[in-house]
Amino acid sequence: MTSVTTIDPAERFLRRQTPIQRVHHVLHAYPAISPLIVLVAASVVFGLVNPRFFMPENLSLIGQQVAVVGALAIGQTIIILTAGIDLSVGAVMVFTAMIMASSVASFGLPAPAALALGVVVGTAAGGINGLLVTRLRLPPFIVTLGTLNVFVALTLLYSGGQTVQSQDIPDLLLWPGQAIDFGSFKITTGVIMMLLMYAVGSYVLRNTAWGRHIYAVGDDIEAARLAGISVSRLLLSGYMVAGFVYAITAWIMIGRVGAASPNAATDANLDSITAVVIGGTSLFGGRGLLIGSLLGALIVGVFRNGLALAGVDVLWQTLVVGVLVIVAVATDQWIRRVRA
Amino acid sequence: MTGTMGTPSPIIEARGLIKTYGSVVALDGADFELYPGEVLAVIGDNGAGKSTLIKCLSGALVPDEGEIRVEGQPVHFRRPQDARAVGIETVYQSLAVAPALDIASNMYLGRELRRPGVLGSVFRMLDHGAMQRHAREQLQHLGIGTIQSITQAVETLSGGQRQAVAVARAAAFGSKVIILDEPTAALGVKESAQVLKLIRDLRDRGLPVILISHNMPHVFEVSDRVHIQRLGRRVAVVTPATHTASDAVAIMTGALDAAGATSAA
Ligand SMILES: Nc1ncnc2c1ncn2[C@@H]1O[C@H](COP(=O)(O)OP(=O)(O)O)[C@@H](O)[C@H]1O
Ligand SMILES: [Mg+2]
Repeated sequence: MTSVTTIDPAERFLRRQTPIQRVHHVLHAYPAISPLIVLVAASVVFGLVNPRFFMPENLSLIGQQVAVVGALAIGQTIIILTAGIDLSVGAVMVFTAMIMASSVASFGLPAPAALALGVVVGTAAGGINGLLVTRLRLPPFIVTLGTLNVFVALTLLYSGGQTVQSQDIPDLLLWPGQAIDFGSFKITTGVIMMLLMYAVGSYVLRNTAWGRHIYAVGDDIEAARLAGISVSRLLLSGYMVAGFVYAITAWIMIGRVGAASPNAATDANLDSITAVVIGGTSLFGGRGLLIGSLLGALIVGVFRNGLALAGVDVLWQTLVVGVLVIVAVATDQWIRRVRA
Repeated sequence: MTGTMGTPSPIIEARGLIKTYGSVVALDGADFELYPGEVLAVIGDNGAGKSTLIKCLSGALVPDEGEIRVEGQPVHFRRPQDARAVGIETVYQSLAVAPALDIASNMYLGRELRRPGVLGSVFRMLDHGAMQRHAREQLQHLGIGTIQSITQAVETLSGGQRQAVAVARAAAFGSKVIILDEPTAALGVKESAQVLKLIRDLRDRGLPVILISHNMPHVFEVSDRVHIQRLGRRVAVVTPATHTASDAVAIMTGALDAAGATSAA
């Protein structure tokens, strides 16, 4: 706490805080605290209900189950921080995955070239979203609802609805599915790639001007413009970075599934938004932490896994996730109301 | 930097500015001059085009027509950063702060400081420490507001403190002109007095200030000249020495013909 000027007693009296206000201020300053508490509490409870929960095999499984949604949530977080939303995440990822896999299987491209092509296509797909949002000034919800359908259709047209099977996919594309043993823990390369993207993304969002501008634009776009930020260019770059992340996630998904199916990951859109929201990032933009989205993805994974281990029906898992989303958004509304 | 008749030439000069919003004419051929070292007040009724005028001077708006010169050179500001690049800093009526960002981030928004060495040049790493230190010094220097922590979000500040942050930002970076659009609107008596003192300090440092205000006592207390805006035009320029506040209000509202007032331009 760095004091600029001393506060006189009357001022201090005016600033006295009830315990609830103090909690409010802490949550406001550190938005990842509440998801962290939820994650720890839920893990403890599930561990007590079924000790198998904490077995290394089970924790490794949760990691693998979370990798795809967790990685997608990185791109989604960037878009939501700009006060946008991306409904095309899943479609872009599957489209990119099909491009990667079938350019080897059907067109005989070398694996590294196929991977590079997929990354370029994913980034360009994000760029299309960005151009539509910034040039035509359409709401991101509408733009990405449109491109969601466009990419789903393109995927089916391009692949003819055919899944590329494991034996037709080169090792390089399957590499993210490889498990590395840490004792009894089996961490896949895909999980490590996701964690690396979180580390890099967190650094960029916190420690570079580009990252601070992403927050500023989502917080108050006019203030950002008047402060000299080239808003359109920044938003476009944000959508392109998100597209790049989706392409890397496509690679992770091919490794995880061991195949590339045009009908994969149908829930990825809403799951990625769920992770971001449960992670404490505001749908109104400008506030949240990337690490929160990892916590959010883990919370969903832990609830699904823990409830399954406890023998609870899958429908109840879905219901619990729905309740978590509503609680998270309500908490965000409350946190945003902080005042001097 | 002196003109033909021994009077200095304007730092900023605008001729025939026109700006329309659809069918609304916000500026209808407005002229403007700001001279070195002066405090120029801009007054006018609500909707007279004061904010639009200064937004044209600060690059936030591009006028439909008209010419702007800075130190005699024609300029075509297309974006706020163009005006900032030549040393014109503005506190907008809306304050233009990002509420969820902290005070230091807001003061350095759009011109963040990077760490020296490879951390800054290769890894683009921001120097949060230096920005916080400078922001704190700047606020201390102004003596405005009681702010607990430089890392607190601007939305946790009172209206007056937010205004102080916006004013401090402009004062910290303005090297040629400082524009303040209604800087005391949200302030109490004590805080307003501090802003007025700041304006005089800036002038004493040799920086000219454009002050848009509704508050006639403030205007007549600090300004050297008063630009009166009415229906999108400058109708008169008066000085506190030759005109009273009620004269100015009469011209502003059209009750007194501008031609009947002696121009002090
Ligand atoms: N963004 C805008 N869109 C439409 N009309 C505007 C906009 N900004 C200002 N105006 C109109 O332009 C005129 C001048 O406004 P403004 O420059 O804000 O006046 P002042 O600052 O003197 O009160 C007003 O009629 C106002 O309604
Ligand atoms: Mg105004």
